[in-house]
Amino acid sequence: MTVVQIKDLTKRFGETTALQGIDLEIEPGEFVSLIGPSGCGKSTLLRIIGDLIEPTSGSSTVNGKPARQARIDRDYGIVFQDAVLYDWRTVAKNIALPLELARWDRRRRAAKVREMVDLVELTGFENHYPWQLSGGMQQRVSIARALSFDPALLLMDEPFGALDEMTRERMNMELLRIWEASGSTVVFVTHSISEAAFLSTRVVVMSPRPGRISGVISIDLPQPRTATTREEPHFFELVTEVREALHLGHDMERTPA
Amino acid sequence: MSTTPAAVQPVPRGGMARLVGRRLTDWLPAVVVLVGMIGLWEGLIRAFNVQAFLLPRPSAIATTFWDTRHELWSAGWFTFQEALGGFALGSGSAILLALVLARWRILGSALMPYAIAANAIPIIAFAPITNTWFSPLNKSSKITIAAVLCFFPVLVNTLRGLTSVNPSALELMDSYAAGQLQIFRRVRIPTALPFIFTGLKVATVLAMIGAVVGEYFGGALNALGVLILTRARVFEFNEAWAGVLLACLLGIALYLAVAALERLTLRWVPSTLE
Repeated sequence: MTVVQIKDLTKRFGETTALQGIDLEIEPGEFVSLIGPSGCGKSTLLRIIGDLIEPTSGSSTVNGKPARQARIDRDYGIVFQDAVLYDWRTVAKNIALPLELARWDRRRRAAKVREMVDLVELTGFENHYPWQLSGGMQQRVSIARALSFDPALLLMDEPFGALDEMTRERMNMELLRIWEASGSTVVFVTHSISEAAFLSTRVVVMSPRPGRISGVISIDLPQPRTATTREEPHFFELVTEVREALHLGHDMERTPA
Repeated sequence: MSTTPAAVQPVPRGGMARLVGRRLTDWLPAVVVLVGMIGLWEGLIRAFNVQAFLLPRPSAIATTFWDTRHELWSAGWFTFQEALGGFALGSGSAILLALVLARWRILGSALMPYAIAANAIPIIAFAPITNTWFSPLNKSSKITIAAVLCFFPVLVNTLRGLTSVNPSALELMDSYAAGQLQIFRRVRIPTALPFIFTGLKVATVLAMIGAVVGEYFGGALNALGVLILTRARVFEFNEAWAGVLLACLLGIALYLAVAALERLTLRWVPSTLE
């Protein structure tokens, strides 16, 4: 079944049209990046999928359910640019938060937290407070928390945007490993062309004013991707393709038809 | 793992030294200043032969403090109970009201301007009036003054804490379809705690001021404010100063008690662990 289905979706903030005529379908197991310049509405689109913002018109469903029902059923986990960890909770308790809200019993929670700590490789840091962790480690806790209740869908809003390039590339590898291990579908918002090309199975290129989809590029690089993937000629071809699609979208904006 | 985690120490726990939060050597400069100030005070009074009714020597105050300790302690305890009662009543009701105002914003925007305006009122001016509401000999009149004094700083700080939550933290709770009550318990109240303690620490000092000054307008014979007032009237300045000293010590004790509770509660805040 299609995980995300968006039909003829429009979002206006007052006079501004943030998103116009968006159609998008995402299949199970896909890793879809939304890329585009600031103001193209990619973060807005992500929040509409998560029912954190309501669309002005059109529809968005997750797992065949209206967005609201999907949120109530906790069909997705979300990761923001800031890790948004709760300072007063340890790593383990941050990861357990959604499980507490879902009323899991203590034993089941503890077992799941252990599993997630293993998954994001933070063993030994369970009782640390957020301020004791590096930015990359904090974001790993955030990912563990988002995946703790086994959602079908993982929404990520520029999760590595605040990290340095080295940490970012390492986190990209980590994320691919986690994506494969968890089997979830990912929608990933980013500014970075190479990040989008490296991670995704499909890159959705967006352009601003009004925010719309200006191109979709399939990334047919073999799985699993490794550090050497970034050095393959085909990777560069795809990066170029994404870049040109971005510029095309930009030119469309400059010279309206 | 592809990354070596930074060596971070786990959060240290417990111990009296932890509670105080500093090593003895860190306290040394402050102690030196205190001893120096008292020495200077003593020396200047001796050198210039200042009259005792203007300012007694610290050594004379200390001697009187010790000699009259039983009487002082009984008066101090009486007044301390008033301050404590006012502190608990005022702070408690302020926190409760802040929770209500933060939950129902419309009430907050209707009432907060008046709370802020009321905060500017010199509440101590009402002390003679509360003395007529209750009997001046009764603790209730001073508890009322102390409670009203404590109320506003705690209200304003708590409300600010409850409403200064990171928007992303709320968005995250929304994504979990969390209810208002869960958001309060798990996000708003923990976020507000450092603010609440700031308000409470201010309130401890105000509670002691409210109780002592309230007694200046009439109170039980064995109350600290009454003791200070009557001794000053009959020119027993050493005794009056000893009373002031005790009022200071009790105020500081209440402040330190709340500060210690803060350290115990806010274990996650890095600054309280250094």
